[in-house]
Amino acid sequence: MGKKILTEHIDVPGIETFDVYRKQGGYTAVEKAIKTMTPEAVVEEVKKAGVRGRGGAGFPMGMKWSFLAKPEGVPRYLVCNADESEPGTFKDHYLMKNIPHLLIEGMIVSSFALGANTSFIYVRGELMYVIKILEKAIAEAKAAGFLGKNILGSGYDLELVVQPGGGAYICGEETALLESLEGKRGNPRNKPPFPAVKGLYQSPTVVNNVESIATTPWIMNNGGDAYAAIGIGRSTGTKLISASGHIKKPGVYEIELGVPVEEFIYSDEWCGGIRDGHHLKALVAGGSSVPILPAGLALKLANGEPRLMSYESLSEGGFQTGTMLGSGGFIVFDETACIVRNTWNFSRFYHHESCGQCSPCREGTGWMEKVLHRIEHGHGSLHDIDLLVDVARKIEGNTICPLGDAAAWPVASAIRHFREEFEWHITNPFEATQPGAVFRGEMALA
Amino acid sequence: MTTTNTTRTVEFTPERLAQAKAVIAQYPAGKQKSALLPLLHILQEQEGWTSPEGMDYVADMLDIQPIEVYEVASFYTMYHLEPVGKHVIEYCRTGPCCLMGGEEVYAHLKQKLGVEAGQTTADGLFTVKEVECLAACGMGPVFQIREKYYMHLTNERVDEIIDELSK
Ligand SMILES: Cc1cc2nc3c(=O)[nH]c(=O)nc-3n(C[C@H](O)[C@H](O)[C@H](O)COP(=O)(O)O)c2cc1C
Ligand code: SF4
Ligand code: FES
Repeated sequence: MGKKILTEHIDVPGIETFDVYRKQGGYTAVEKAIKTMTPEAVVEEVKKAGVRGRGGAGFPMGMKWSFLAKPEGVPRYLVCNADESEPGTFKDHYLMKNIPHLLIEGMIVSSFALGANTSFIYVRGELMYVIKILEKAIAEAKAAGFLGKNILGSGYDLELVVQPGGGAYICGEETALLESLEGKRGNPRNKPPFPAVKGLYQSPTVVNNVESIATTPWIMNNGGDAYAAIGIGRSTGTKLISASGHIKKPGVYEIELGVPVEEFIYSDEWCGGIRDGHHLKALVAGGSSVPILPAGLALKLANGEPRLMSYESLSEGGFQTGTMLGSGGFIVFDETACIVRNTWNFSRFYHHESCGQCSPCREGTGWMEKVLHRIEHGHGSLHDIDLLVDVARKIEGNTICPLGDAAAWPVASAIRHFREEFEWHITNPFEATQPGAVFRGEMALA
Repeated sequence: MTTTNTTRTVEFTPERLAQAKAVIAQYPAGKQKSALLPLLHILQEQEGWTSPEGMDYVADMLDIQPIEVYEVASFYTMYHLEPVGKHVIEYCRTGPCCLMGGEEVYAHLKQKLGVEAGQTTADGLFTVKEVECLAACGMGPVFQIREKYYMHLTNERVDEIIDELSK
């Protein structure tokens, strides 16, 4: 069994209530931080832990915290990103629904460290039932004196606000999220200024993912060094992986970073292997935005060594032979999955979710969806493959926010590794458009 | 967006008004516009959709221009800008759910109800709407009706749910 930090108590009956959570040692981190530590000391522990942002980008949390501007007389804000809309990702949903107090406790510790007196949890609006669970947890914590005015007699005040989104993937991007929280359309902002300087209401703001914030109670209780001792190299700690697709046991698993990908897929402790009678074809390891890998490269690096579930190992080989850990949305494809159809599906998603501010993203995602649609439906030409590569390249790096890149990578990588399958669709349109038809040729392994 | 020339006005029920006021009070002074998305949810909860009259009412309540409300409501996918059926089935069409047979179940659902995406059944009971990933991919195929998630869908399960809600 791997080390469990976030989900150790998640199966305890009643853990969603304050009393049971408290009995399992809950809120001791708040007591320790607020009564015995300075905010700076809390930041220091989080830095030592080396925990990297779990929302997708992997930026070190402690470092982000230390960049927060602290001008006199200006409020500072902490905003928790619970927008969770990246296809393949459902871990924050799982955590908040089952053990809401872990996030609330983390929000208190983190807000104290940053000197925030009003903090927000921005939850995608579709999860309204989870919002109610969080609001109930907040009311319980407040009644017990862990929130509100003068927490534990320390003089520190904190209010937590749970904010529903309105349905928009782009609001997961941190500056779009802040716009949305101000009651506007979710258009990402130009950076700089970064949120650490001008964020919510033009005040210094930290935005962190649910899972990132949920690590802080354990770090307070056990120390940053203890956290850093878990995991592998610069991938410290544990990670929640949302496993979906053609596996025996889809679900959310907490793993110690560094577990081999092969073990994660085939061990009964986790995914339990590919569903009976089928075999692995491809893997999207970190949410729909990261490059797709063929089976061979998913399990092994280009040099033949096992690939591990860590930031470094998953990105080993760059975009030629690697991918990214991203949000931990682990989507498994067996040989019945059509890569062209899935790529078209993802393209439609990005086109639908583009906010439309930058022309390369707005137009480019539309083009890619259209071209992929015609290939999938038997009307493509071989020239279309290069056209897609070209459009993807023109979007990448030329947009206000990374949604453009996120739209380009799945297309570019699918063509890089499964070009034959695209060609087959184009040269065998009749066969390829039969219901359930899938390319069964030799799979590209590199 | 539909415009109407009726003089119908919308007002929150006393409970919803109290709820709206509590939401507005959460934000720092002068930042009441932050309440816009939550208030649109309350409006839709009451009216079934975000009607133009309702949006004007919300604009008044937040002391902002009606256009500031319309432009927000039309940006986000959850707000219905047209009247909808009693039950809006928001069906996830994204990749991971499709791997679990989501497309086949979706075809069955549309056939059973005799509607396409965006349409409402003749009896006004169901509207089918396609949505993107609902953060429940491991439990796919998935659809949502109001706050409730329906997961691990099969054709049989869809029949049961529809029959139940048709009663
Ligand atoms: C298009 C787009 C969507 C994103 N969606 C999410 C999301 O749903 N949840 C999240 O935590 N971060 C998301 N991010 C990343 C955030 O911008 C930000 O990096 C993150 O919330 C920071 O928190 P972390 O450092 O704790 O990961 C998204 C980024 C982009 C570009
Ligand atoms: S890259 Fe796309 S989503 Fe991001 S700001 Fe530009 S148009 Fe909007
Ligand atoms: S793909 Fe359907 S819930 Fe994520």
